[in-house]
Amino acid sequence: MMKFLEINKLKTFFHTRSGTVRAVDEVSFSLDKGEIVGIVGESGSGKSVTCHSILGLLPQPPARIEGGQIRFQEENLLSLPEGSLRSLRGKKISIVFQDPMSCLNPFMTILDQVAEPLIIHENISREEAERQAIEMMEKVGIRDAATRAGSYPHEFSGGMRQRVMIAMALVTKPDLLLADEPTTALDVTVQAKILEILKSLRKELGISVLFITHDLGVVAEIADRIVVMYRGKIVEQGKVEDIFRKPKHPYVKGLLACRPTLDCKYHTLPTVDDFLETKLKDDGTIEIYEHTDADHRLRQLKAVNLSESGPGSETKKTLVKVSDLKVYFPGLGGFPGGAKEQVRAVDGISLSVKKGKTVGLVGESGCGKTTAGRAILHLIKPTAGTVVYDGKSLGGLSRETLVEYRKKMQIIFQDPYASLNPRLTIEQALTEPMVVHQIGKNYNQRRERVVSLLEEVGLSSQLLLRYPHEFSGGQRQRICVARALAVEPEFIVCDECVSAMDVSVQAQVLNLLRDLQKKRQLTYLFISHDLSVVKFISDDVVVMQAGKIVESGTAQEVYANPKDDYTRDLISAIPSPYNLVK
Amino acid sequence: MIKFILLRILQAIPTLFIIATLTFFMTRLAPGGPFDAEKNIPEEIKEKLESHFGLEKPLHTQYFLYLGNLLRGDLGPSFKYMGWEVSELIAKAFPVSAQLGLFSLLIALALGLPAGVVAALRKNSAYDYCLMITAMLGICLPTFVLGPLLILFFSSWLGWLPPLGWYSFADMVLPSLTLGLFYGAYIARLTRAGMLDTLNQDYIRTARAKGAPPVRVVLRHAIKGGLLPVVTFLGPAFAGLISGSFIIESIFFIPGLGRFFVTAAFNRDYTMVLGTVLFYACLIIILNLLVDMIQASIDPKTRNR
Amino acid sequence: MSIESAKSKDFISENPDGSSLWKDAWIRLRANRLATISLYFFIFISLLTLLGPEIATSSYEDQNLNRTFAPPGAESLFGTDNLGRDLFARVLHGGRISLAVGFLATSVSLIIGVAYGMTSGYLGGKMDALMMRFVDILYSLPFTIFVILLMVLFGRNFILLFVAIGAVEWLTMARITRAQTLSLKQAEFIEAARALGYSHPRVLFRHILPNLLGPVIVYATLTVPAVMLLEAVLSFLGLGVQAPMSSWGSLIKEGSEKMDIAPWLIFFPGVFFSLTLLALNFLGDGLRDALDPRAAKE
Repeated sequence: MMKFLEINKLKTFFHTRSGTVRAVDEVSFSLDKGEIVGIVGESGSGKSVTCHSILGLLPQPPARIEGGQIRFQEENLLSLPEGSLRSLRGKKISIVFQDPMSCLNPFMTILDQVAEPLIIHENISREEAERQAIEMMEKVGIRDAATRAGSYPHEFSGGMRQRVMIAMALVTKPDLLLADEPTTALDVTVQAKILEILKSLRKELGISVLFITHDLGVVAEIADRIVVMYRGKIVEQGKVEDIFRKPKHPYVKGLLACRPTLDCKYHTLPTVDDFLETKLKDDGTIEIYEHTDADHRLRQLKAVNLSESGPGSETKKTLVKVSDLKVYFPGLGGFPGGAKEQVRAVDGISLSVKKGKTVGLVGESGCGKTTAGRAILHLIKPTAGTVVYDGKSLGGLSRETLVEYRKKMQIIFQDPYASLNPRLTIEQALTEPMVVHQIGKNYNQRRERVVSLLEEVGLSSQLLLRYPHEFSGGQRQRICVARALAVEPEFIVCDECVSAMDVSVQAQVLNLLRDLQKKRQLTYLFISHDLSVVKFISDDVVVMQAGKIVESGTAQEVYANPKDDYTRDLISAIPSPYNLVK
Repeated sequence: MIKFILLRILQAIPTLFIIATLTFFMTRLAPGGPFDAEKNIPEEIKEKLESHFGLEKPLHTQYFLYLGNLLRGDLGPSFKYMGWEVSELIAKAFPVSAQLGLFSLLIALALGLPAGVVAALRKNSAYDYCLMITAMLGICLPTFVLGPLLILFFSSWLGWLPPLGWYSFADMVLPSLTLGLFYGAYIARLTRAGMLDTLNQDYIRTARAKGAPPVRVVLRHAIKGGLLPVVTFLGPAFAGLISGSFIIESIFFIPGLGRFFVTAAFNRDYTMVLGTVLFYACLIIILNLLVDMIQASIDPKTRNR
Repeated sequence: MSIESAKSKDFISENPDGSSLWKDAWIRLRANRLATISLYFFIFISLLTLLGPEIATSSYEDQNLNRTFAPPGAESLFGTDNLGRDLFARVLHGGRISLAVGFLATSVSLIIGVAYGMTSGYLGGKMDALMMRFVDILYSLPFTIFVILLMVLFGRNFILLFVAIGAVEWLTMARITRAQTLSLKQAEFIEAARALGYSHPRVLFRHILPNLLGPVIVYATLTVPAVMLLEAVLSFLGLGVQAPMSSWGSLIKEGSEKMDIAPWLIFFPGVFFSLTLLALNFLGDGLRDALDPRAAKE
C-alpha cells in the first residue's frame, strides 16, 4: 500500500566554495494520514533541509537534490514540474517557519496575507476568502480577529505572529503541514499554547504534521513517531515511547541523557561524547563509533551525585546582596517636556547570593532579568536601590574604585559570536584584561597564564593565534569563560550563556561552569529562560515576571512546591517526555 | 499626518533662517559689488544706485531690513535686471528648470526601475552583467561629458536634434536624456540592490510556500520593499537634479533658473542670489517632505511615527 | 543558517596561524576580477599622473602656435589644443589635480566625519541627539549650491575648493560612523570590555574603531569619485582651477567648446576621467562585497 508521504533515499547537497556539504544524505522515512511525525536533531543535522526539500523551497544553487524520491499521495514531488508543485504549495502542503518576526511580509496587512493562499488556489470571491481567513484566525486563538486583521505584522507580538503563520498555513485546509521549529523563538508558556492549538487542529481538520524541532521535550509532547537525524543521516526512528524508553543508537542515548531535566539525576551531565566518537573520513562523511563503556560512565556520573551534597553549605557568607533594585528607562515617543511613560524594566528586586553558590534567575523574555543582571554589575546605572558586594555598596563608588571591582565581578553573555571582538586573536583577547589590570609582570608570564586558562576551559593552546570566527559556538563560549577568568573573579553573572546552544554543547558548557565553580570557589548568578537548566545548576532560584520577583527559594522548594501561579504556569508549560512515559 | 507635516514645517523655519543669514553674509563679505563691473558709469550714478538699493547703510541694518522684507514675502528687486522683481525672475525661469527636472526624472525612473528589477531577478546572468556594467558606465560618464558627446553625435553629425535652446519638444530631448541617463543608471543600481535584499528575505520564502506564482511574488511581495531605497534616494536626487540643471542649462543654453543663479552670483546680484538660494532651499524641503510621505505610504512601520 | 553549521567546524584546519578578517577580506577582493583589475588600473593612473611631467615630452603650459589643433599622432600622442599645447601633458597634469582634490577632500571629510560620528555615537543620549540634529540641519542646506556660491564669490582657490568639498562630504561619513558606533556599542564584546574595566580610550580605539573601519573604507573609496565629480562640475562651470593649470573637468570644458573642430580635446580627458571613476566605483563595490560581514559568512 502506498504511504501518504514517503521519502526514499533523499540526498540534498550544498555545493559551496569551500566544498560540498552533504546536508541530507540518504534519508528515508514515511508519514501516515493524520499522523504527527517529529524530526529531531541539532543544528546542522539536516532536519530543516529535509523539510524544505519536500516543498522545493531551497535556493538552488547552492542546494541540489542529488537523488531519491519524495512521494506524496502517489506522486513523486521531485519529478513534478515547477507549475504543478506550485499548485500543491499552500493548497495541499503548507509550511510554518521558525521565525515569525521575519516570515511575515511587513508591507502587507495580516488579513491580506492570511487570505492570500485562498485567493491563489481557490476560485472564490475576495469577501469569501477574507471571511474564511478571519474564521481561521479565530480558530488559532487570535481574539477580535475581525478588527485586528487590518493591522500589520509589527503590531503583533511574537506568539500572535506565529498564530498568524499557522492560520495562513491552514486556511486552505491542507493535507500535510510542515512545521519547521515553529515554537523555538517563543517563550515556554506561549509554546505550550501553540502546541495545544496544533494538536486540536490536527484532530479537527485531520491533517498530517511533520514537526521539525531540536527540542526532545517538544517532540515528545506532540509527535506520534520520532525520526532522529545526525549530520545529515537518520540515526534512529520509531514510536515516541520506544525511543525515550529504549534508545538504540548511541547518539540518541547521548542526546536523551545530556538534557538537564526537572528530575535530573546527575551532578555532572553526561555528554554525547560519553556515548560515541566520530571520525571525519576523507570523503567528508562521518563515521560513528559507540563507546562500549557508556553505561559504566553513566553510573560513575550518578555516583558523584551522592557524595557531592555534603553538609555545612549553609554556613557560607553572603557575597552579593541586592536590595530594592530599580531600573527605569525613559519611554519612547512623546514631545520633549511632555509626560513620558517610563519603562520599569526592573521594579524593585531584592536577592542575595552566597559565596560559592549559584542563584538562578528565571523568567520569560522581557521580564527584566537581563537588565537586572547588568544593573547588579553596575554596567547599567540603577535608578534606585543598592547592590552590596562583599560588605561594600557599589552605588557610591568612583570610577577608579569601580574598576577594581570589575576584577571581582564578571559576566558571560548569551551570544558567543558577538561577545568576542572579531579583530583580535584569542591571545590578544585573553591578554588584554591582564594588561589592563596589571596581572602578570611581563609578556611571557601573561602568555603562560593564557595557555593555562585555555587548558582549564578545555581548549588547546595551539589555538592562540586564531581569530574568533574560526571557532564553533561552544568553543567561543569557552573562550569567553576563559576571558572572564583572566582577571580572577569571584562572582560571575551568566546571562543566558547556554541558551543559543545545542543540547550536547550546552551540557559541556554547563559541566565546565560547574567544574570551575568547584575548583575556584566561584559564585554565579545564572540568568536563563530555561527552567530545566536553571534547576540543574542552581542552589537557589528566583522567578521574575514583569520586572518583579514573584517567587524565590531553594531550587528544590520552588520546583517541587511552587507557591505562585505564574511559577506554576511556567513549570507546567515545560514540555517533558516523562509525563508521557509515566 | 497633519501634525507630522506641521512639525516638519516648523523644523524648516530655523533651517531657512540659517540659510538666509549664511548667504547674506557670504555675498556681502565677498570682494566686489554689484556695480563694480560697469567701469564706465560715473561715480555719482553708482552712489545713487547704491543708495537706491540701500547699500550705503551699515551691514547689520541691511541684514535686518532684508529679513523684515523676507517675512513679508518680499524677495526684493534684482540689482542687475533693472525693473524686475526677484520673484518675477524666478517665476519666469523656474518652469523651464522644472520641466527639465521632471522629464529627466521620468526618463530616469522609466529606464532605471525595469533595468534594476530585471537585473535582480536574473542575478548573475548575462542580462544582469550587461545592465549593471551599462549602469556603472552611466554613472561614470558625467553629464558634462555625455551632453557634449550627444550634441556632437545627434546634432553635428546626424543633424536629427537641435543642439541648444528650449522652445520646441525636440529641444527638450537631448538635455532631458543627458540628465535622465545619469540618474537612471543610479536608480538601476539601487533598485537591483534593494530587490536582491528583499528577495532574500524570509517572507519571500513564505510567499513561495503559499504557492504564489513568480509574478505575484515579485509584484505583490517584493516590489514594495525593493523600491524603498529608491524612494529614499529621491530626496538627494531632487537636490542633485537642481545642481545638475546648472550644468545642463549651461551646455544646452537653456534659460532656466540654474543659469540665472550662476550669472547672478558672478554679477554680485545680491538679492537675486539670496532669492534663488532660498527658493531652492524651500523646494528641497518640500520635495523631501513629499518623499517622506511616499515612504510612509509604502512602509507601515514609519507610518506610526 | 544550516549551510554554515552543517560544515563540521569542530575540525579546525591544521595551519596554526589564524586568518584575520582583513586577510579574509583581501582574499575575497582578490577573487573579484573586476575589482582587482580596477585596483591595478587605478594604481597605474595614479603613477602616470604622478610621474606625468617626467614622461611627457613637453610641459602642460608650453604653447606652440605653429601646431594648433594637431590631431593625435606620433609627435603629440593625444594631439594639441588651440594654443598648440600638448594634450597628453595636459591630461596627465589635469589628472594630478583631479586626483589630489579627490584624495585631499576625502581625507578632510574622513577625519572630521569619523571623529565626529564616533564621538556622537559613543557619547549617546542627549549629546548624540544634539550633535546629530546639527548634522541634520547642515544636511538640509543645499550644499552644492553653497559650494558654487563660495567659489564664485571668493574666487577660484585650490585650498578653498577642497575644504568646501570636504565640508560637504563629511556629513554622510559622520552619519555612517555614528550608526556603526551605536550598533557596535550594543555588541556584547563592547559590554564585555566595559565589564572588564577597560578605559574609554581603549574601548574606542582598540575595540570600536577597527570594527567600523570596513564601511568607512568602502564609503571613502566611493567618496573619492564623488568629490572628483563635484570638482569637475565646478571646473566645468568655470569655477575650478585656473588656466594655465588644468583639471580633467576644465579640460573637458575646453574640449566641449571646441569639439566640432577637434573632438579629441574632449575625448581623451573624458575617457581618462570616466575610466578613473569607473575603476574607483568598481573597487568600492568590490570592497563592499569583500568587507561585508554577510558575505563573510557564506
